[in-house]
Amino acid sequence: MSGEYDVAVVGGGLLGSAIAWGLGRLGKRVAVLDEGDITKRASRANFALVWVQSKGLGMPAYTIWTVQASQAWGRLASELKQQTGLDVSLQQNGGFHLTLGEDEFGQRTELVKRMHNQTGAADYKMEMLSASDVKKSLPLIGPEVSGGSYCPLDGHVNSLRTFRAFHTGFKTFGIDYFPERPVSAISKSGGEFRLTTPKGELRAAKIVLAAGNANQTLAPMVGLYAPMGPTRGQIVVTERTMPFLPHPLTTIRQTDEGTVMIGDSKEDELDDRTLKHSISAVMTDRAQRMFPHLSRLNVVRSWAGIRVMPQDGFPIYDQSETHPGAFVACCHSGVTLASNHAFEIARMVAQGALEPELVGAFSASRFGGAGAANNSGY
Amino acid sequence: MFRRSEQDKRPQVQIFVDGIAVAARQGDTVSAALLASGQDARRSTAVSGAPRLPYCMMGVCFDCLVTIDGVGNRQGCLVPVAEGMQIEIQKGKREIGK
Amino acid sequence: MTVAPKREAYDVVVIGAGPAGLAAAATSAEAGLSTLLLDENVGPGGQVFRAIASTPVTERNQLGADYWVGADLVQALRASSAEIIHRATVWSLDRNLEIAVSVGGASAFVKAKRVILATGALERPFPIPGWTLPGVMTAGAAQTMLKSSALVPDGRTVIAGQGPLLWLLAAQILRLGGRIDRILDTAERGNYFAALPHAFAFLTSPYFAKGLSMMREVKAKVQVVSGVTELSAAGDGQLASVSYVAGGKRETIPADLLLLHQGVVPNVNLAMAAGIEHGWDELQLCWSPVLDASGNSSVAGIAIAGDGADIGGANAAVVRGRIAARAAVEALAPAAGAKLPAMATLRADLAKAERGRIFLDTLFRPSPQFRIPSGDTIVCRCEEVTAKDILDAVAIGATGPNQLKAYRRTGMGPCQGRLCGLTVTELMAQARGKTPQEIGYYRLRAPVKPITLAELAAVPKSEDDIKAVVRG
Repeated sequence: MSGEYDVAVVGGGLLGSAIAWGLGRLGKRVAVLDEGDITKRASRANFALVWVQSKGLGMPAYTIWTVQASQAWGRLASELKQQTGLDVSLQQNGGFHLTLGEDEFGQRTELVKRMHNQTGAADYKMEMLSASDVKKSLPLIGPEVSGGSYCPLDGHVNSLRTFRAFHTGFKTFGIDYFPERPVSAISKSGGEFRLTTPKGELRAAKIVLAAGNANQTLAPMVGLYAPMGPTRGQIVVTERTMPFLPHPLTTIRQTDEGTVMIGDSKEDELDDRTLKHSISAVMTDRAQRMFPHLSRLNVVRSWAGIRVMPQDGFPIYDQSETHPGAFVACCHSGVTLASNHAFEIARMVAQGALEPELVGAFSASRFGGAGAANNSGY
Repeated sequence: MFRRSEQDKRPQVQIFVDGIAVAARQGDTVSAALLASGQDARRSTAVSGAPRLPYCMMGVCFDCLVTIDGVGNRQGCLVPVAEGMQIEIQKGKREIGK
Repeated sequence: MTVAPKREAYDVVVIGAGPAGLAAAATSAEAGLSTLLLDENVGPGGQVFRAIASTPVTERNQLGADYWVGADLVQALRASSAEIIHRATVWSLDRNLEIAVSVGGASAFVKAKRVILATGALERPFPIPGWTLPGVMTAGAAQTMLKSSALVPDGRTVIAGQGPLLWLLAAQILRLGGRIDRILDTAERGNYFAALPHAFAFLTSPYFAKGLSMMREVKAKVQVVSGVTELSAAGDGQLASVSYVAGGKRETIPADLLLLHQGVVPNVNLAMAAGIEHGWDELQLCWSPVLDASGNSSVAGIAIAGDGADIGGANAAVVRGRIAARAAVEALAPAAGAKLPAMATLRADLAKAERGRIFLDTLFRPSPQFRIPSGDTIVCRCEEVTAKDILDAVAIGATGPNQLKAYRRTGMGPCQGRLCGLTVTELMAQARGKTPQEIGYYRLRAPVKPITLAELAAVPKSEDDIKAVVRG
């Protein structure tokens, strides 16, 4: 780990990888410090939506940021393809949130209204559809589906292949990836940051903290603040089946490989090694009510993952006043926002300052004292 | 590939493989009956379409996946044959509704 | 027999009806504990006593005396009060000793005061070029068909590999009139010297004389090529030929059936998913659960018996089953425990049954080239991932099997790593210059076997469960 780096990115998940890749793309000399095989990795537990609808209620800037990310994803996918040959199977032909029964339909209608009443809704295009309209796009829905909301900006991607593409791209950009090096201490002296790991010290002119929920402990080392409120989510996956679902849903999507992913719970429990089958039961029961033919498919795997979640649900992007050159980035939607991280955040880190007009709303200064309610839309 | 030992005195059970009648024996698993039938029982995988036959016969490899009585992706090596059972050799990913 | 468990809770639930499970369940039930035995197969016996209650092979000597021992175990169990359910797939076991079992397409949950895992072994992966071709099977697969359906190979048949089971299978096939064209012995010659210091124990073990006579019986009828150092299968959509190198000379022979075997390893999926600690066994080259002398695992209340505890063969498995059951009885009904054979006696029985094991493990330690493939050879059969794919992933940062899943989907298919896990660990260890223990294994979770979505959906749910999922 000798040599000096322009930037050290702490965290090699989707968020850290996107920023590191973006910095490498700009010709910066980058090191990525990551943990090892067993750690709480949202990057391999996520649901892989590139999702816009319902994001940002209570924070218009987040809606705008999300729409921007959605629009930039195509460019990210094609650059990754060009560089690595890997097709990340981005599909952005609109997504649904289906409702079961009239109560859920009513609640969703309210949410759509509230979203529309908020600034920045112009680009949003989220609308409620009746069951018969939904059926035109999703012919296999069951009789209990009362309708749903649709947003043409929504989509999904193969998030594992995206992760692999970033890491493949690291090689081309000359980015050094150092796994099994959790950072235990950070100091700044002589104009550079020194990061302590079990395998030695690494020095860099700038640092980006992209360590997910661990940012909460790392941020104060460099005068930053990242209050986190992680939750657990369970996902169930079926065997591969013939394509049947032309659009992704908030809780069901068919991967390009053919498996059907069913999500997702939100639990206070933070042990990702255990599972609650009764929660998987709610998820799968709802899935088979939405698509009755799913009931016969075999479930081959299920897992619990810990969401990276800032305390109020909205992203945190910030720069240190006491330690210039130190940045923090954490958010829940590491997949959806990957394009912004690769292009915008990387660009701002490279130039040495975050642009307030673009990401000022995401400064941790918004937390003031007490944590706000979580209005993220998850 | 396999043949039955003459000492096997179990009663016959008729099953159908892609519509063709096959004589199995009571107590055979679906996979054993297929391998004994002399018919081409190769499935093709859901990933690349590569041809496969059962590998382990003890329920761990999932290369014996087969459609039994209209239900896809069942482990043929764990399911005993029954009179009139309809077997379909799977090609590729499991079909919708099966 | 395929009805749901009668009760919601049992003193002891035994999972697996092979030698260890049969013995454990009988011991526990005879001591008066409410006992449930769950087994995935159609009938009792596990792999070694497969189809013991139903085999169409009536010529008893063809399967050998060691096989029929299983009949006594089944008889003892059936005479006991144990509840036995076959075609029952246990898909979840957790730290609270709650078991989810699928029977006839519906799941039931049972609670146990003690769980004895007797899920046995599976054959070690044998990842050679062409091992996914139709016509390539495990030796155990052929033996299963032989025992349960009296089926024997009749095309051009090659058996390749090493270990006691391989010779037993060859003898059984020949006795039933089946065809074997050639046996390719992959045992490393150097292993004989390494095993020599342990030979005395083996000479005095019951396996010695039997093993020797079986090898003689087979060699009298089949051409055996020893010292095989390379092996591959080829064919266009179907096995057509087997190539091998022995004594530096390559030969290719036409074949319709290739039966592979290089020993057995513990079937760890359920135990690992329950959170039981395992460690890498340097001698047997596999993951073994960390157990105390009574078979108790790192999860309170769960014991492991049989080959799933440590590969030791059927006799050792039976004793391990009795030991684990005795420990359960001691804990739950001490008075009944006092009437059982003393633990010291059982442990002496175990030592006797395991005598010579180190010799066998050393002698039949599979060679690296048959465990750690290269190039286009498939490692993960489900997701069709090659050795080269895995090395490429290591080169861009994959540190262990779980990160590898993210890069390449290994172990994410229906077999859940059973056929690739060991290969992945050893391949990554070699590539990264680490020990298998440092590399680790897949994190396994329920369901450890696939269940239908409808079955999972039918699991009882609370208001809180619904609230955790349904949100605007």
